[in-house]
Amino acid sequence: MEQIIKILSELHPDVDFETCDTLIDDKIIDSFDIVTIISELCDEFDITIPVEEIIPKNFNSAKALHAMVERLIEEE
Amino acid sequence: MLFTSYRFIFLLIILFITYYLIPKKYQWILLLIVSYLFYSLAGIKSLVYIMATTVSTYIISWKLNVLQTRQTDYLKQHKQELSREERKSYKAMMKGKQRKWLVLCLLFNFGILAVLKYTNFTFDNINSVLDLLNTDRKLPVLGLVLPLGISFYTFQTMGYIIDVYREKYSYEKNIFRLALFVSFFPQLVQGPISRFDDLKETLFEKHPYIAENISFGLQRILWGFFKKLVVADRMLIAVNTIVRNPDEFQGIYVVLGIFFYAITLYADFTGGIDIAIGIAQVLGIRLKENFERPYFSKSTTEYWRRWHITLGTWFKDYMFYPISVSKSMLNLSKKCRAKFGDEVGKRIPVYIASIVVWFTTGIWHGAAWNFIVWGLLNCLVILVSQELTPLYTKFHERFHVGHTFWYRLFQVGRTFWLMGLIRILDCYRDVGTTFRMYGTIITKMNIGELFNGGFMKLGLMLSDYMVLMVSVILLLIVSLLQRKGSVRRQLARKPLMIRYATYFIIFLAILIFGAYGVGYDSGQFIYSQF
Repeated sequence: MEQIIKILSELHPDVDFETCDTLIDDKIIDSFDIVTIISELCDEFDITIPVEEIIPKNFNSAKALHAMVERLIEEE
Repeated sequence: MLFTSYRFIFLLIILFITYYLIPKKYQWILLLIVSYLFYSLAGIKSLVYIMATTVSTYIISWKLNVLQTRQTDYLKQHKQELSREERKSYKAMMKGKQRKWLVLCLLFNFGILAVLKYTNFTFDNINSVLDLLNTDRKLPVLGLVLPLGISFYTFQTMGYIIDVYREKYSYEKNIFRLALFVSFFPQLVQGPISRFDDLKETLFEKHPYIAENISFGLQRILWGFFKKLVVADRMLIAVNTIVRNPDEFQGIYVVLGIFFYAITLYADFTGGIDIAIGIAQVLGIRLKENFERPYFSKSTTEYWRRWHITLGTWFKDYMFYPISVSKSMLNLSKKCRAKFGDEVGKRIPVYIASIVVWFTTGIWHGAAWNFIVWGLLNCLVILVSQELTPLYTKFHERFHVGHTFWYRLFQVGRTFWLMGLIRILDCYRDVGTTFRMYGTIITKMNIGELFNGGFMKLGLMLSDYMVLMVSVILLLIVSLLQRKGSVRRQLARKPLMIRYATYFIIFLAILIFGAYGVGYDSGQFIYSQF
């Protein structure tokens, strides 16, 4: 979780990623950010994030991202 | 057949009445018949193409489903005996098989679109090269007719097959239901480009008569007609006068053309979408919104989130992400990071995907260089804005202007004019002429000419300008009111007299001021040509 918060904070230092759960709904992160996040997560956790995982539910919060990463690690 | 033609309005009235009289379980079948009737009236030959898209997509979606079911069953049956690696490799093998079918479907359907839309453009360019080589050999110009709405329904249907491949939802078992999804007539001319999972419930469920749907739907259709007939068709006359005579109308006229075309396109496209969504609403069907007050956007990125939303999200989901997060792109990014540093490396996927997407968006709008340049200029502006964001943030913090009303107004104005400047490439239809006209904005100081009879040279009379001024103010007021929610709901809370007076005035305005009359059909919707 800490690594994910770190990745997100580097993109938007002004956002409280511990509590925010509307990153997509409130347009806090855009498609450019999503590509950067995916690239960082793939590097950090050595996983592949398929394009079908790019849905608001998975990117709306650090917690949701963490759950997705855990699930993908498990599946791989 | 146009949305604004008498024939179409007659067809609509018959449909609305029949739709609520027949047993509800047949409503979607009636819609399919009417959609095919509508499409055949636009050109009987076009039916072949839409049917080819429907049948090919159906067969391949069925095949994908067979493979997916086989995979699930196999994995379930051999759950105990398969190792993690074996399971992974089986999944990869099955995904590869599915990918082949998907690629076949995409090639076939985008192939139809490409042949019909881009053959002559390609031949033209080859001929230009042959000219340079001084050869007498020339490729012929083919008499290919672009079927109505092909760019829209092909994108919508290919979105569906990609979603089935991605297992976002299961394939539609009934080919006739799929046929309705592909051909649903209100969205056929110019969108919105729907997603199957958004539309399937609302399209196929039984629709009881609900007075609010009928009333709100008709109001939306009326408003769409107002935008199209009173504003867009009238203002287009001035736009055409300016862009078709570039030697005569330069300098301030170009600025005026940019402004007028911004209003024209907005009224035309959003008017058409209002009619489409309104018709669907009368039928009890919910279509996705395609606009969110785009001219109030403070940046280019925001503008593209709010203008032609369904096309933007299509490109994002089916092109931008698949390219930018593909394995090869992430590997390239990694290599670039190692060679050129983190800052450059992480931008590579986004930059390459953006260029491909905007090139395709440009060529989707039309097979011509002006559209390609239009797309790439949009891409350039978005990427430059992205790069300048930290600078903007510092500026806002330093001068405390980020949230002030006047600065936000400046941002809105800046985005409006920047988008307008790029958009005028649509009109001149020639890149060289457009850039020459940009130049005259700076070199030709003829603002005085405009107020010395200049306005009257544009094919409009004083009364037209008065109608346009009042209408544009009305559009602005409605857009401002929309920020508080649905204007129709706000109006519904007003006393009966006010409500009906409003409907009557808009109806009367369309009758009196619309480009309408006996035996006269208004112009094509601009986006129906794409």
